[in-house]
Amino acid sequence: MIDEGLKSELQKQGVYVTSLQELYNWSRANSVWPLTFGLACCAIEMMAASMARFDLARFGAEVFRPSPRQADLMIVAGTVTKKMAPLVVRLYNQMPEPKYVIAMGACAISGGPFKQGYNVLKGIDRYLPVDVSIPGCPPRPEALIHAIMTLQEKIRNQKLTGPDRAPHLNADVPGEFPVPEYGEHDLEPPKNSEVWQPPALKR
Amino acid sequence: MQTDSYMVLVLLMAAAVGFAVAPLAAAWAWARFFSPAKPGKEKNATYECGLESKGDAWIHFRSEYYLYAIVFLVFDVETIFLLPFAVSFTGLPVGAFVAIIIFLVLLVEGLIWAWRKGFLAWK
Repeated sequence: MIDEGLKSELQKQGVYVTSLQELYNWSRANSVWPLTFGLACCAIEMMAASMARFDLARFGAEVFRPSPRQADLMIVAGTVTKKMAPLVVRLYNQMPEPKYVIAMGACAISGGPFKQGYNVLKGIDRYLPVDVSIPGCPPRPEALIHAIMTLQEKIRNQKLTGPDRAPHLNADVPGEFPVPEYGEHDLEPPKNSEVWQPPALKR
Repeated sequence: MQTDSYMVLVLLMAAAVGFAVAPLAAAWAWARFFSPAKPGKEKNATYECGLESKGDAWIHFRSEYYLYAIVFLVFDVETIFLLPFAVSFTGLPVGAFVAIIIFLVLLVEGLIWAWRKGFLAWK
């Protein structure tokens, strides 16, 4: 591992050095391919972000893949109904590692304005490990671009080795999450306890 | 000394193959030595639309649909041949005229068949 000071010193002299980890993460962060998967009105903003005016292509993330087998990033764009939640989890399971999740908009984070609805999932983080959450109803395309940049920052800082290495390089971290089933009153189970715990109330 | 003029092509070919194979080999080596495979039931599933497939893919089509095929030939395919036939009608040799008439008679026979079957009646 090269010292940061030596590295910047060499860079001033016109010598660029890098590590395998930096090279790997640099290429990974600049080719995040999202899944073509819109659930509600946030998807309109997602489409706008990928079009000419906001131009998500500048971040290497414009290649929306129609198949989960080719995608790296799932943008949960919109209200997740309880009818739709098993499909979302199944699609996430079918994505190859490494995979990331952006929860876009108030609905995907918490249920948003439909939180009191009997058929609305109160946040996709109950079943999937969300990497970046974007507030807003719906968030502007700039907010989605900011989320992509935040995700890129996260990817760039992931380690290749060690106990805190990236999850896809750790054989013990599961690549699939249990798909909920339709129950009589709610999804079964109502949450995945491994990825989400209800916040403790302080009285 | 005579230089082989095709040597350049061979070198270019080797470089091209190298460019194609090197990333594939690097990806293979990465998957083999660093990235653990995580297969699973969902990930290995055949379909990727999110819904589980149910039922049988081996459904039957009823053989009665042959009448639709006949009527399609009579009213659609025939038109394609009739238009150039009408345009070049005056300059046609006898052989071509007889050939198109035989074709038309065959299709008219199909029309009569469909008519007799009661297929053209509006129900």
